[in-house]
Parts: sequence; C-alpha cells; structure tokens
Amino acid sequence: MAKIIGGITTSHIPAVGNAITDGLTQDPYWKRFFDGYGPVHDWLEENKPDVMIIVYNDHGLNFFLDKVPTFAIGCADRYENADEGWGLELSAPFTGDAAFSWHIAESLIEQEFDMCTCQEMRVDHGFVNPMRVLYGDRKDWPVKTIPFAVNTVQHPLPSARRCHAIGKALKVAIESYPDDLKVVVAGTGGLSHQLQGERAGIINVDYDLAVMDSVINDPDWFAAQPTDEIIRQAGTEGIESIMWLVMRGALGASVNCLHKHYHAPISNTGAGVLLLESAAA
Amino acid sequence: MPRLFQHWETKMNWKKHDYDDIEGTYVFDGEMAHRSYALNKLFYSFNEARCREEFDADPAAYCDKFGLSDDEKAMVVSQDFLGILRSGTNIYYMAKFCVPRGLSVQDAGAAFQGITTEEFKGKLSEKGEGLLERLEKEGGYWNG
Repeated sequence: MAKIIGGITTSHIPAVGNAITDGLTQDPYWKRFFDGYGPVHDWLEENKPDVMIIVYNDHGLNFFLDKVPTFAIGCADRYENADEGWGLELSAPFTGDAAFSWHIAESLIEQEFDMCTCQEMRVDHGFVNPMRVLYGDRKDWPVKTIPFAVNTVQHPLPSARRCHAIGKALKVAIESYPDDLKVVVAGTGGLSHQLQGERAGIINVDYDLAVMDSVINDPDWFAAQPTDEIIRQAGTEGIESIMWLVMRGALGASVNCLHKHYHAPISNTGAGVLLLESAAA
Repeated sequence: MPRLFQHWETKMNWKKHDYDDIEGTYVFDGEMAHRSYALNKLFYSFNEARCREEFDADPAAYCDKFGLSDDEKAMVVSQDFLGILRSGTNIYYMAKFCVPRGLSVQDAGAAFQGITTEEFKGKLSEKGEGLLERLEKEGGYWNG
C-alpha cells in the first residue's frame, strides 16, 4: 500500500530558480529564505520518498488559454522542462510513474473529481523550482514525480474548499494503490503577492501567518475563504495559496508540524515553508 | 468594469463579480481573457525561440499574423510596457515579452504606481520590517 509520509509547502517563483542558478543562495537577501529549507532537506534525506506529487499552476507553458483545465494530472513516464520564453537553461527531465498516475486519476474521477489526464506535460517553473529548492540541481532526480496542475490563472478558479476536498480525495486515491510507495505531496505557490494593478506589491504578513496556522491546525478556516476575499487579502497572484489545501487535504484530519518557516519579502511575495506529517489517528 | 477598461465598447453582458470593486486590481477572468486573447496568444508563441526571432525580424508583420488591433499592434511594436500591462493582458504571458526586454516584475509594479523601481522595492522591504519579532510572538517559526 502506498503511504503518504509527509506534506510540504513551498514558493515556486522564478526569482528562486534564478537565485539558485546565479549561486546567490547565501547572499544576504536570500540566505534566511534558503536556510529555512535545511530541516526539510534533512527530512527528505532521512525519509527518502519514492514519489513526489507536486501541486502547482502552469504559467503558460503546457497550457495556453485556449484550453484551461481546472485540475490536471500528468500520466506519463517522463516530464520535461521547456523554454518559457526567457531562454533559461532547462532542468534535467523528471521521471514519472504512469501506472500510479492513472490509478490516481481513475480514483479521483470515481470520487467525482473530473480530472484532465495528460500523457504529455511540459513542466514550468511552478513545478521545477520546488524540485530545485528541495533537492538542489540534479542530473538525476532522486524521486519520481507526478505533476498535479490547478488553474489559478484564468478565473473562474476552483474554490479553496474545492482544493481542500480534492486533496482529501487524493488521500483516498494514494492510499488505495497496492505498491509500497512512500509519497510526499507538495503544495506550491503563494503566499501573498500581486504583480499587476496599482495595488501591486501587496505582502500581507498577518494574513500569510493566519493561512499557515490554518493549514496546520484548522484547514476549514482557509477552505471557507471565498476567492474574492483571498484576493482582497493576499492579492491576485496570492490566490495560489489555495493549492496548499490540496496537500493539506491529503494528510488527513490532523497533522504534526515538523517545521515552519516564513520570510518576506522574497521578490514580490511572502514565502512560507511547511513540513507536515499525518498525526496518528 | 475596471475603470482602466472603460474605453472598450462592449455590447456583451459580462457577469459582475465580488472582486470587481477591489481597488487597483484587475482579475484575469473570462471577460479580460476574451478581450486580450490575441495579445496573450502572440506572447505565448514566444515560448519558441524561432517565434522570438521571427518577431524581432519584423514586429509589425508578426502582430498582423496574430490579428492584433491597431492599438494593440502599436503598443507591442513600440514596447509600450505600461500600455500592455493596462490592456488586460495576463501578467504571466506578458512576462514572456517584457522580462527578456529588461522589465522586471518590480519595474511593472512601480510603473503601475508611477514610482521608481527603487521606491517600489523599498516599499516591499518595509513589509519585512519587524518580521523576526512578529514571528517570535507567533511562536514555533524556524529562525536559524
């Protein structure tokens, strides 16, 4: 039986990837942000997950606005990073687990979450930067990955409550897979930020910390926040934090928080790191 | 309708949303995505290096290929970043055009507010003031 051994949250912004590429992780601006991943690195090294499910949003690489799936899952043996228009160096390709992906897709659809299944999926910075910040740049990634894309770009978006609910269904899907896999679910993006409009530059530390506390202790609070309220508090791009609820839903009713870290500003954002494990029932 | 877009004539009956009244905020929804589709499609094409080269060789012709309006074409050809920002184009698609031409997300934020990028970055830094004390009070946060 596959087992969810933990949940992680992380930023996925391009600036994080650029800082890694440019060797700036110990630069004064970045040091506290990157050092905050140390306990997560140690935990990954010790626990060695077999599969990492990365919940992220595509920013116009795999999906264009002609077709925007609300929830999509990669169902391939391999995923490649590709040029997002900036001509940056590409990461090493990622190994998937097609049989596990199709099992998850089938289970979610049986549970009435109508997934878009993708047999080809180019993964952008929303997926790649979490892998880079968790594992460092690698030629061979030490874990299989499954991309799980949520539309947080073109409204109407799924609600926070819907993200929490699909996370709960994801738990059922993962735990009904017969292979003995150790699985980690990573919720990426956020926290507060707004890139456009006269209100650009929002960082709402109080709201970010309330969201982090809610994700740990009381996910129903954040799950009950309407989309417009999250935008009001956390900004148009801060809405990405609803993806944390997919991870949280997959961990079950209560969790132990093994690590929490917050830093602001990182580029235009507040950045939060959580490492959670399911609490014994 | 956000006030920046009032110059668009529309006979369509777009749904109103609870987020419409958030000051200085333009939510990328169906109405906006519909209006800016051609621009977004052009910027999306820049994922491919050969399209970036084709654009650079003859920007006006490339805009025509994507069916841009005269106003949209003028903004793209003259690299009027603020105009493009205000046109309702999606920020992530716009970034494929603007970031390689030297406009950072901080420059974009500053342009919207009519301040310098340094001032904008200063305002971001202020958000981090007193953070360690705040986290201490909150309790349980890693701090090295």
